Amino acid sequence: MQNLEALKNLLYRLADDFLIMGHRDSEWIGLGPILEEDIAFASMAQDKVGYSLSFYTLLHELGEADPDTIAFKREAIHFKCAQFVEMPIQDYAFSLIRHFFFDYAADTRIQALKNSSYDKLRDLANKISRELKYHCMHAKTMVTQIAKGNEDGNSRLQEAVNTAFPMALSLFEPTEFCEELAQAGICPTEASLQKEWLQRITPLLIEASLSLPQVPEPNPYYGGRKGYHTDYLDELIQEMTAVIRLEPEAVW
Amino acid sequence: MKIQSLDPRINRIELPEENNNTRIPPMDQWQTYEVFHQQARGDQHKHVGIVHAPNPEMALLFAKEQYARRSQCVNLWVVRTADVYATSYDDADIFEPAFDKSYRESWGYKDTRQLIEKFKKEKEMASPATPTSSSISEENHSSEETSKKKVVGKSGIIIGKK
Repeated sequence: MQNLEALKNLLYRLADDFLIMGHRDSEWIGLGPILEEDIAFASMAQDKVGYSLSFYTLLHELGEADPDTIAFKREAIHFKCAQFVEMPIQDYAFSLIRHFFFDYAADTRIQALKNSSYDKLRDLANKISRELKYHCMHAKTMVTQIAKGNEDGNSRLQEAVNTAFPMALSLFEPTEFCEELAQAGICPTEASLQKEWLQRITPLLIEASLSLPQVPEPNPYYGGRKGYHTDYLDELIQEMTAVIRLEPEAVW
Repeated sequence: MKIQSLDPRINRIELPEENNNTRIPPMDQWQTYEVFHQQARGDQHKHVGIVHAPNPEMALLFAKEQYARRSQCVNLWVVRTADVYATSYDDADIFEPAFDKSYRESWGYKDTRQLIEKFKKEKEMASPATPTSSSISEENHSSEETSKKKVVGKSGIIIGKK
């Protein structure tokens, strides 16, 4: 198969982003601001872990290890997720803004993958996009309501945007496979996806009276796609694999 | 005493050491909305529960995850609980009939329907093999009369009985 290495790289990025983001968001279970939001947030986190399974399964079909092994038995250095998703949950404002940035970015990519030349990716994108539509709807509504609600809500979200936006750009960190994937019609380049993402979120942020901060060059949060991660990822992996490490060969 | 938990998430949030037993004032939380769930287009919306929300938009957003997550759904309604008018339980006796009117209840019609079906079957069994085209009109005419008589008679008994 042509472009196999590039395709696997893309699938690892997609799967690892969803797994780590899903795990991070699940840390809010039982601690959310109100019951209804707690349930909605946890449900969307679970959705994301589910997407990672479907991408790991695709990787397994392409000759990689089985999904459980890939998810639970890799060192942080082998993860291809963006540094954005591994950051701690911090306060709810940060987690909510991260959800907003991440889900619009994921949706932008998944929408593009609906036209991918790789049929299995196309099929998956078609399924996943239905749920991501709600994830975006949720993010947009919550952010708009809180930011427009009062001064307190607006300033907390603006602070979260200032912290999260430079990190969020790491989702579109260019990789050595970008051009190849675009030329093969598998996935558009990171630069074009980032542009499209910005075109979608900018009017929503204006509507919410929030503004985007300046981003330092070069972006200090790049590196995740090449395996350079913060210590937070290793902590997360230790926690995520606490049970499986007790009895690695146990059958569930 | 500091709360210690096996769950790292609980330890991470560093809950305050002292529980002040603060009472939550009434209506501290958002107002409630009643949620109605439609399983398929054309079906009636059914009441499934409530959600807390500050406005209808957020109520719909939460209702989706609370009530449409575990079963098929094509549409949701939300209505402010405060906008629902209800009878009083003190007046619950208005729903108690003075006499037996069970024939009015929907299953009474089902009984009658079954009797009609039974009669039709009996009639089919009694009639001879497939009638020829020339005799159809005559047969139909005579059987219609019989059926009328029997149905009226039978259903009359049912109503009388109940």
